Amino acid sequence: MTDPARDATAGPPGPAIELRGVSRDFRRRRTSLSTPPPVVHAVRDVSLSVARGERFGIVGESGSGKSTLLRLVCGLDRPTSGELYVEGRPVHDQPHRRLRWLRSTLQLVFQDPMGSLDPRMRVRDIVAEPLVAQGRRAGNRERVVDLLERVGLSADAADRYPHQFSGGQRQRISVARALAPDPDILVADEPVSALDVSVRAQVLNLIDEVVEGFDLTLVLVSHDLSVVRHVCDRVTVMQRGELVEVAPTEQLFTAPEHPYTRSLLAAVPDLQTALSGRTARDLAAGVRGQAPA
Amino acid sequence: MTTPGRVVATDGPAGPGGPVGAGRTVLRVDGLSVGTRQTPLLSDVSFSVDRGERVGLIGESGSGKSLTALAVMGLLPEGLGASGDVRLSARTPAARNLLGVGEREMARVRGDGMSMVFQEPMTALNPTMRVGDQVAEVMLLHRTQPSRSAARRRVVELLGQVDLPDPAHLARSYPHELSGGQRQRVVLAIALANDPALLICDEPTTALDVTVQATVLDLVVRGVEERDSAMLFITHDLGVVATVCERVLVMYGGRIVEAGPVQEVFADPRHRYTQGLVAASDLAGADGRRGRAQLPTIPGTVPPAGRFPSGCVFRTRCTHATQACASQPPWTPRGKHPAGAAAYGHACVHPAGGDDD
Repeated sequence: MTDPARDATAGPPGPAIELRGVSRDFRRRRTSLSTPPPVVHAVRDVSLSVARGERFGIVGESGSGKSTLLRLVCGLDRPTSGELYVEGRPVHDQPHRRLRWLRSTLQLVFQDPMGSLDPRMRVRDIVAEPLVAQGRRAGNRERVVDLLERVGLSADAADRYPHQFSGGQRQRISVARALAPDPDILVADEPVSALDVSVRAQVLNLIDEVVEGFDLTLVLVSHDLSVVRHVCDRVTVMQRGELVEVAPTEQLFTAPEHPYTRSLLAAVPDLQTALSGRTARDLAAGVRGQAPA
Repeated sequence: MTTPGRVVATDGPAGPGGPVGAGRTVLRVDGLSVGTRQTPLLSDVSFSVDRGERVGLIGESGSGKSLTALAVMGLLPEGLGASGDVRLSARTPAARNLLGVGEREMARVRGDGMSMVFQEPMTALNPTMRVGDQVAEVMLLHRTQPSRSAARRRVVELLGQVDLPDPAHLARSYPHELSGGQRQRVVLAIALANDPALLICDEPTTALDVTVQATVLDLVVRGVEERDSAMLFITHDLGVVATVCERVLVMYGGRIVEAGPVQEVFADPRHRYTQGLVAASDLAGADGRRGRAQLPTIPGTVPPAGRFPSGCVFRTRCTHATQACASQPPWTPRGKHPAGAAAYGHACVHPAGGDDD
């Protein structure tokens, strides 16, 4: 999947993202003067490597640490211990001002298509903002129009404001903005969980197209297992800050090894299995670790 | 499960004493229309729910499914007017149109004859009251328990029924001390406290994790089964409806566009909107995994309220639309159903199904 010509320009071959024993602890407020403040281990000793061109999925329930892990990968937070490399360059011990390269290498699409777009900026300025932040001024206008067309919006969308668009269209704007600095890695944090079913499919198709067309490495975080199954090559399941299982997608879904993965898969209300007779009682039984009847 | 409260308090033809024929219908909605003075939001919504029946109401945001529930509960926001006929047969027979009943009367029905579980378990609970008192409140207000101490005993029983650990202790905690799933169980306990004839659930598990969702869905189904209550279950998740309900109503643009048994509607949809919705939501495909970038989509987006086209509400996004769709398509019954013609059929001029596609 990696293009040799691209590898020559993108630095030495190697994993796009590599984590070695990464942990992140948060201190909570002191509850008493005599005891040390309680510590939350949000991410515990995570080692992981995402290859260039790979589509990597992270699933987990709320509180499993997937968002914390994502913030670490994006250089928005620093690990308590461990090492983290993006395209072979260290991220874990660098101050923000020395991570400017990361901001163009790695881009994000967020969950909330309204909250992640500034309501007072025109779409043109929103999409161009990563370029402006990088100090690029020339040719931005043309690039914005080009990007908007790549994500399926017309050029006249550039002059409008985010509130004039529907949720799915706003998510397209987010994708266009993420593509603006020509990144190698796209990180999508629950990109479709706020969207309606009929629009969700459109945005998933778009993500697929841009990952293919721009030759990106994709890291997708979602609580929806069917979305991850559709999009990703390899999936990890997080629970209490640990990766309980990492496996190629089909293997994880057809032959899950960890009991937690099994209970998670058993809990998903799927249309086809429901039509063939699986009831809510079977779902709940699957969560408790009993084989569904 | 014994529910002594109901046996004492229930009478009338719909009570357990004589549920025969039409007496089994708990909720009947006929020609319900809701709107502001300028904008119609719901048009001609008709359906009924029988005792012990679980009916799903699905649709995307803006389709009018929550508005339907609010109209039935008499909780429409200011500025919205409703017309039509809504009848509930609970402790008293369905003699009155609930749309014409005053607030004082409605308050007597709400939480007793019918109750509702909302999406947000945090906002549905009072943060300044212990959860046990909130469960007891609904029984004391409707006088279904003779005394405060009896209500308190019943609270522990109810919290135990929704599988909350150590219910006696948990009853003394405040909502913020509980997790999202636990709060939703408390909301469910409140809704079921008076053994309602009708339970309306509005996206009760949308804010929850999948494993928690599975257990809460199980509790909801068990709760209504034990009471033989009717349930109207609102969600946008087709998998959830297929798991929980027997019959489904598909809404789009403030109208019911298709209705019928879950199996038939989802496996062999007739209306083009249902067809698109089923195809777009099924990421895996019927036989294993679908290739990438091939997800079938419905073109365009759901129009904002009041901007739906005249005639068939879906025709601006439908690939099969023709001139004939410009006038309101008639309701086409699809087969015999005990709940009547409105319970099984569709409103589409160019229906899917058969072998054409």
